[in-house]
Amino acid sequence: MNKENRHMNIVIVGHVDHGKSTVIGRLLADTNSLPEGKLESVKEKCRKNSKPFEYAFLLDALKDEQAQGITIDSARCFFKSKARDYIIIDAPGHIEFLRNMVTGASRAEAALLVIDAKEGIKENSKRHGYLLSMLGITQIVVLVNKMDLVGYDEVVYQQIVKEYSAFLASINLKSIAFIPISAFNGDNLIDSSIQMSWYGGCDVLQTLDKLEVKQSIERQPFRMPVQGVYKFTNNGDDRRIIAGTIESGTISVGDEITFYPSGKQTRVKTIEGFNEEEVTTKNEGQSIGFTTEEQLYIKRGEMVVKADESIIHSGISFKANVFWLGKQPLILNKTYIFKIGSASVKGHIERIVRVLDASNLSTSIKNEVHQHEVAEIIVVTNDSIAYDLTHELPKTSRFVIVDDYEISGGGIVIEEVVGFDHGEVAHTIHKNTFWQRSYIRRQERIERHSQLPVWILIAGEAHVGKKPLAKALENYLFQQGRLVYFLSTGNVKHGLSNIYPEQERHTHVQMLTEVANILLDSGHITISTATNLDKDNYHTIHNIIDGHRVIRVWLGDNPFNMEIDILLKPEDTNYNVQKIVNYLKNNGVMYKGEFDAV
Amino acid sequence: MNHLDQLENKSIHIIREAYASFKNLGMLWSIGKDSTVLLWLARKAFFGHVPIPLIHIDTSYKIPEMIEYRDNLALKWSLDMIYGTNEEALSAKQTYPDGNSTRLQCCKDLKADALKNTLNGEWKRYRMNHNTRVYDVDHSTEAYTGVIVGVRADEEGSRSKERYFSPRNQHNDWAISEQPPEFWNQYKTDFAPGTHVRIHPLLDWTELDIWEYIEREKIEMVSLYFDQGTGRRYRSLGCYPCTSPVESTASNVQEIIEELKNGKFANIAERSGREQDKEDGGGLEDLRKDGYM
Repeated sequence: MNKENRHMNIVIVGHVDHGKSTVIGRLLADTNSLPEGKLESVKEKCRKNSKPFEYAFLLDALKDEQAQGITIDSARCFFKSKARDYIIIDAPGHIEFLRNMVTGASRAEAALLVIDAKEGIKENSKRHGYLLSMLGITQIVVLVNKMDLVGYDEVVYQQIVKEYSAFLASINLKSIAFIPISAFNGDNLIDSSIQMSWYGGCDVLQTLDKLEVKQSIERQPFRMPVQGVYKFTNNGDDRRIIAGTIESGTISVGDEITFYPSGKQTRVKTIEGFNEEEVTTKNEGQSIGFTTEEQLYIKRGEMVVKADESIIHSGISFKANVFWLGKQPLILNKTYIFKIGSASVKGHIERIVRVLDASNLSTSIKNEVHQHEVAEIIVVTNDSIAYDLTHELPKTSRFVIVDDYEISGGGIVIEEVVGFDHGEVAHTIHKNTFWQRSYIRRQERIERHSQLPVWILIAGEAHVGKKPLAKALENYLFQQGRLVYFLSTGNVKHGLSNIYPEQERHTHVQMLTEVANILLDSGHITISTATNLDKDNYHTIHNIIDGHRVIRVWLGDNPFNMEIDILLKPEDTNYNVQKIVNYLKNNGVMYKGEFDAV
Repeated sequence: MNHLDQLENKSIHIIREAYASFKNLGMLWSIGKDSTVLLWLARKAFFGHVPIPLIHIDTSYKIPEMIEYRDNLALKWSLDMIYGTNEEALSAKQTYPDGNSTRLQCCKDLKADALKNTLNGEWKRYRMNHNTRVYDVDHSTEAYTGVIVGVRADEEGSRSKERYFSPRNQHNDWAISEQPPEFWNQYKTDFAPGTHVRIHPLLDWTELDIWEYIEREKIEMVSLYFDQGTGRRYRSLGCYPCTSPVESTASNVQEIIEELKNGKFANIAERSGREQDKEDGGGLEDLRKDGYM
């Protein structure tokens, strides 16, 4: 076995008191994985307290856990076989601690599910099995424990195998193996049991060693949630790095990529790293960073996909299966936060299709989902979000629901739902996705004109001289040989109002911005004026403008304390023109050519 | 990806999540190997930069080489370096080395309390001035709402129950049985005012992983970890009155790795040289509830 496969995380689940801690204690002790003296000291402690020694005590690292006699959290233990190193995660079997079971199980590549031969299959035997399937764990080994209590009877064992296999089949799961054991006596853990010679299969350790370490499925489409866009300017660093962890697929320098839900497109320019060899490709599971050819306005929360691979879903409504862990029930029309990848959006539950009791798979129609229940729901979010469907690409179909600061539930998207109003954001995505790109690249236009296309947006109260300033600035730049255009809001508005009368002010901002976007794409320095823009307007503008810079000029007092680039007093127009020109000069908007002579 | 790559990538992911989620984020740096690996991972996460302030709790009983090493790296890597200390207890000589306190009480005063009050801004903080190369009183008294810490699950029992993102309430309490669920790389990044979150990117690392990574990345370590010819070295660093060196002639990283794998430490817990761990069966858990690392 090569070095890559030498570690594996295993979770151990099952109903309370079915013997999980004893199985782990045994595995630790029998594989000599305990720290020196630990076994003896626990035995000694038991002698002192006149308590019979149990292997489960080895795990009781915490005082209040011992006090309650149940595992309350997912403790991690390390043990080794000849084949590899294991981290075994002990998940509590008590229903109260289902959220801890979920926490433990989600970190595992395989699960050991323990069933008490004497008690048989209980609610949490099924509930845990169901949750494993939702969490995406497909390698399940079922241990039928406490065989010593049923006289090592094969009939009892076969009955449990039959019943539980049928249950797993009903939720589309299949176990890797069933193993009859007695953790208490050490039967079939690391040796074949003499008591159960009728069982011809592998012992627990052999079975574990045969499991597969999670291998990335080849040729999966590329998905990377944007964790952050970094620009650290220390020591003259001018890289603008888009960082994230690859959920699936691979990415290389030169790949055409699209960001969702914005729909913005560019190409990977470099892959960045620190203290590592320069590489041109990165794969699933790697935390990476790259720069792009075009400086797009990208935020945390977008999903990066490759343009030539399968398209991701994006929208504001979807159908999902969820499990609910919150103390307060999941209800209709309450605002929750939904998190998929690095995206986090507000939204609500539009409909609860059906509620399922995972302990017996019975369904009911209800208006709320209670703690530990599973349900099929329809989610509607306030903003667009990108996701995959669970049968297409499970990892990026997974989301959590935050209720009152707490992660209270998890879900997997099962299908897209249409029919809800998508609004402005979706429109922009649509536009960006279908934007026809010419043979001339943005950079070529920039080089031809020695200027960056920027939108100089002069805002302020009415009648402070915005238009005269805009026209004077246009004239000045034109005389200097610049490709510049004064885009009048009025011209756009009056022109389009013949076709679309009675628009709202918000619509005017959108229309103006769409036209500006086209002028910017053509390489123009574009100048416009607007009265009293607010934060929402700027937000709209940023959503529409595809990666170009907007220089926010404010003429007069800035009443809303807005974030702006240039604040001007309504005084001498020529003086203000010079101030804007200086800003453009200092910010590299016009970086060579005749302008240098000015 | 090999095992170290997997650990590294997961830790970087967690550090970046923390950076995106908390406005006032700090990283505890004890100068030991684990938190120094954490610092290195932050440099990897942010492509050579460390945009997070580093916080050290100085008990005044740290081995002098540790402070020297801290300040050297702070200058070399342009770190935003902050330290805090329990000035009251030290000036009143309410400490174990002064003979006026038990080991555990001393840990509580000089570490847990100092940490709590440095994080919440109640006590004075000192910040490295990179121009003068000395520490000035920090004018900011804003509380840190997120703190990145280099604990590992294999260190001792109570640490094996930590989450990657582990909330603490207003009183710094750790409600072990009430921890939020954590799955699918989604962490608790939403929090009520007054609470804060501890972030543990190294939870899945073992002591051996740490040393193998130090070797792979060639990370500079404080010299105390290596035998300098006396036949003794420190395996775990702390305050000198309560931390003793171990008998070992390992004088470089490879020799330490070999010793951990096949030598005499293969089955002996790392913190065996830490006296405070032995005083009470659950002492550390109680301290951790009080904010001890």
